[in-house]
Amino acid sequence: MLATKSPAILLLSDGYVIKGFHYGKSGTSVGEICFNTGMTGYQEVFTDPSYTGQVVIMNNVHIGNYGTKETDVESASVKIKGLICRNFEEQYSRLQSKKNLNEYLIENNIVVIDGVDTRALVTHVRTKGAMNCIISSEIFDEETLTEELAKCPSMDGCELASTVSTAEEYELGDSSSNLKVAVLDFGIKKNILNCLVERGIHVRVHPAKTSFERLKAFSPNGYFISNGPGDPASMPYAVETIKSVLKENKPVFGICLGHQLLALANGIGTFKMHHGHRGLNHPVKNIITGQCEITTQNHGFGVNPKDITNNANVEITHINLNDNSIEGIRLKDKPAFSVQYHPEATPGPHDSRYLFDDFVSLMKN
Amino acid sequence: MPKDNSIKSILIVGSGPIVIGQACEFDYSGSQAARSLREEGIEVILINSNPATIMTDPMMADKVYLLPLTVESIEKILQENNIDAVLPTMGGQTALNLCKEVDELGIWEQYNCRMIGVDVAAINTAEDRELFRQLMVKIGIGTSPSRVANSILEGKEFAQEIGFPLVIRSSFTLGGSGGGFVHNKSELDEALKVGLEASPIHEVLVEKAVLGWKEFELELLRDKNDNVVIICTVENLDPMGVHTGDSITVAPAMTLSDTAFQDMRNKAILMMRSLGNFAGGCNVQFALNPETEELIAVEINPRVSRSSALASKATGYPIAKIAAKLAIGYSLDELKNQITQTTSAYFEPALDYVIVKIPRWNFDKFKGANDTLGLQMKSVGEVMAIGRSFNEAIQKACQSLENEAVGLGYYGKSLMKGADVVEYIKTPKWDRIFRIKDALMQGVTVKTIAQATGIDRWFLYQIQKLCTIETEIGKHTIDSLPEDLLKLAKRNGFGDEQISRILHGNCTDEDVYAKRKSLGITRVYKMVDTCAAEFEANTPYFYSTFEG
Repeated sequence: MLATKSPAILLLSDGYVIKGFHYGKSGTSVGEICFNTGMTGYQEVFTDPSYTGQVVIMNNVHIGNYGTKETDVESASVKIKGLICRNFEEQYSRLQSKKNLNEYLIENNIVVIDGVDTRALVTHVRTKGAMNCIISSEIFDEETLTEELAKCPSMDGCELASTVSTAEEYELGDSSSNLKVAVLDFGIKKNILNCLVERGIHVRVHPAKTSFERLKAFSPNGYFISNGPGDPASMPYAVETIKSVLKENKPVFGICLGHQLLALANGIGTFKMHHGHRGLNHPVKNIITGQCEITTQNHGFGVNPKDITNNANVEITHINLNDNSIEGIRLKDKPAFSVQYHPEATPGPHDSRYLFDDFVSLMKN
Repeated sequence: MPKDNSIKSILIVGSGPIVIGQACEFDYSGSQAARSLREEGIEVILINSNPATIMTDPMMADKVYLLPLTVESIEKILQENNIDAVLPTMGGQTALNLCKEVDELGIWEQYNCRMIGVDVAAINTAEDRELFRQLMVKIGIGTSPSRVANSILEGKEFAQEIGFPLVIRSSFTLGGSGGGFVHNKSELDEALKVGLEASPIHEVLVEKAVLGWKEFELELLRDKNDNVVIICTVENLDPMGVHTGDSITVAPAMTLSDTAFQDMRNKAILMMRSLGNFAGGCNVQFALNPETEELIAVEINPRVSRSSALASKATGYPIAKIAAKLAIGYSLDELKNQITQTTSAYFEPALDYVIVKIPRWNFDKFKGANDTLGLQMKSVGEVMAIGRSFNEAIQKACQSLENEAVGLGYYGKSLMKGADVVEYIKTPKWDRIFRIKDALMQGVTVKTIAQATGIDRWFLYQIQKLCTIETEIGKHTIDSLPEDLLKLAKRNGFGDEQISRILHGNCTDEDVYAKRKSLGITRVYKMVDTCAAEFEANTPYFYSTFEG
């Protein structure tokens, strides 16, 4: 028997409308639309805190094929605001999975629109740029949808990191280790912490608005500034903390939002990109070693290349081979470096995990 | 330093006559390579014994030699021309074996001609099963327990040790010839004899069979700086035990989690980097145990292959063309993506569609041939279809087979019932996919079919969806067929003729066409652009599908 599917609708803030079918939780959801070109790792993407506030289009045409598995997550819950896909699959085959994607997203209160011509939609977003959107399985009147959509704030200037940061400090790894790292959590991915702990590091994870004094009280060998959602320019509190951290002259490593914050702490501006980079196939060249890396990326903001060229103390270490955007920087007078992409990957290629080793080496020297 | 300017002329070696296991894919790679090198201002000299190829057209190379692929021919060409380098990786195993033979005789050296894009030690390691096994042990990658045998006696000794079923693989052969499965002791002597005789060096590998494991292939490119990219991941619908050339294959991989895929990617890169020192294309095959996600390496081919031709078409990434540029010294980050023309060639294609390849067999022309599929390739060609879902792609592929298949729905309607069909599909044969669909139509469960065939359940669930749609269509006449159902059918790759045959009452494909046209259900065209629409593409190609 052919199951009848209930309808769902997607409206973009520029008026673009698509109808499809509904999966996941019933309801309405608003957020910034973005697309991810990765062909594996949907569960890791959905649970990545950097996607907070975003409705994600998956370019890959079948989503849900291998179900969900408790350990394939980047945080304790799903962080995306909504999901847009071409073929949403309830039936899966992976023997290690215990739950289908639909049940999983219902439990996590996520609205899904399926059956969408995602290619046309991605082309639209690529051309028109990032904007807010609304998906619904209950409101079909476009005027009402437009009203609801207007209530959603723009991602530009939006501070989200403190909403997904840990509420309490916690420690991970071997507490007897002589390598200690103080982590500033702006929505850290679980596998970044794994990459640190796997290297014998004892970490203490701190809430976003932790003072420098409190970080220092851990007497760390190095500081880590995490990834996270939202506009870095809306986080002066973090920039101030990082400025104090830098005065310590201890190794500092930043990823994604952490990279942008390190830039801001050095007087380098950030900007909102047209539609960002999200996927598992972005080419990056390490211009120090000449080697190339295929990287996982998820960012809608970038650092201003001109400001870097004007700053004698900051050196570009990595560039994007597609659009020459800045992918990595380091300070000349301090052991501090950061990358725009995700060396921990998950999902994605492990080409860049050497950066965690570099961080360890800096701390050991 | 981009390209190596000391190379002014290159010899490309073709693959000779079209035989089962080595067909026009090497014409495709040879032609691409010739074009790619000539655009760099390099003089291209080409040898192939098969005049019925594109690569031997006068405009493809500066000089074409239609000569037998022998050491004598190569020597003659080297005498008549001043050739700086030979590119042996475009002509399949035939070209590689010939170039190796020439190398062993010291002829390349004598004429001051370098082999580029490959290294002989790498060919040896890849082709010699024992060297391959040793390399895998050294780099910590699992393989199936195996041992080399040069005599029937040696083979039997090891077979007793590992037990049945096992696989006999013949060294240095094409398309798996000389290889086969041995299910019990009574088949062993004959299989060893056939395998040893097929091998030019009288050598076979006796290997424990990993029947029922899932099979995957990765297409890689490496440059002289050791940058490696995965161009395409291909999943075999048929599990281990059917030659990849005879398997229905799907790209991108459909049933792999990111954890399993990254494990595979890391291992493939490690394997390629461990295998000698060359810049070019490479294919790695893995088997994955669905129970544990344990991965073992099956083989590595340090050259462009049948699979890389498919991967090129599937992704839009011209593997042979880029491999030729890498062979003359470019690095991937110096080259542009040939489709977007703005982004880098150092990247991994992202697909927003599904590719299905189905082999085409011609058993009716080979009377008396055994139509059971196994290690030795038997198909004479293949079709590739692109769709916005697996179902659409597999149905389009079936429609392209140029036999009587009208989609996956209709082909030589089997009269077999329940248990008989289940028994029949246990053995891989050319029509298995159609009989699986018959079984699902009859209500046999996905679980039973998965157990009988070893095919991943996800694919079977998808085919089951097709059956549900077909059953629903069958309840209608052309007039009563609802718009939503027609739309759903078209999105699942049902052809107009297929729908007309399923519908009640008399109607033709033209009636179905007229009906859907009046409802505005028409084709749209989508691009193969290497990047899933992320960037604008300047020279893409298109496929048709149904959206909305």
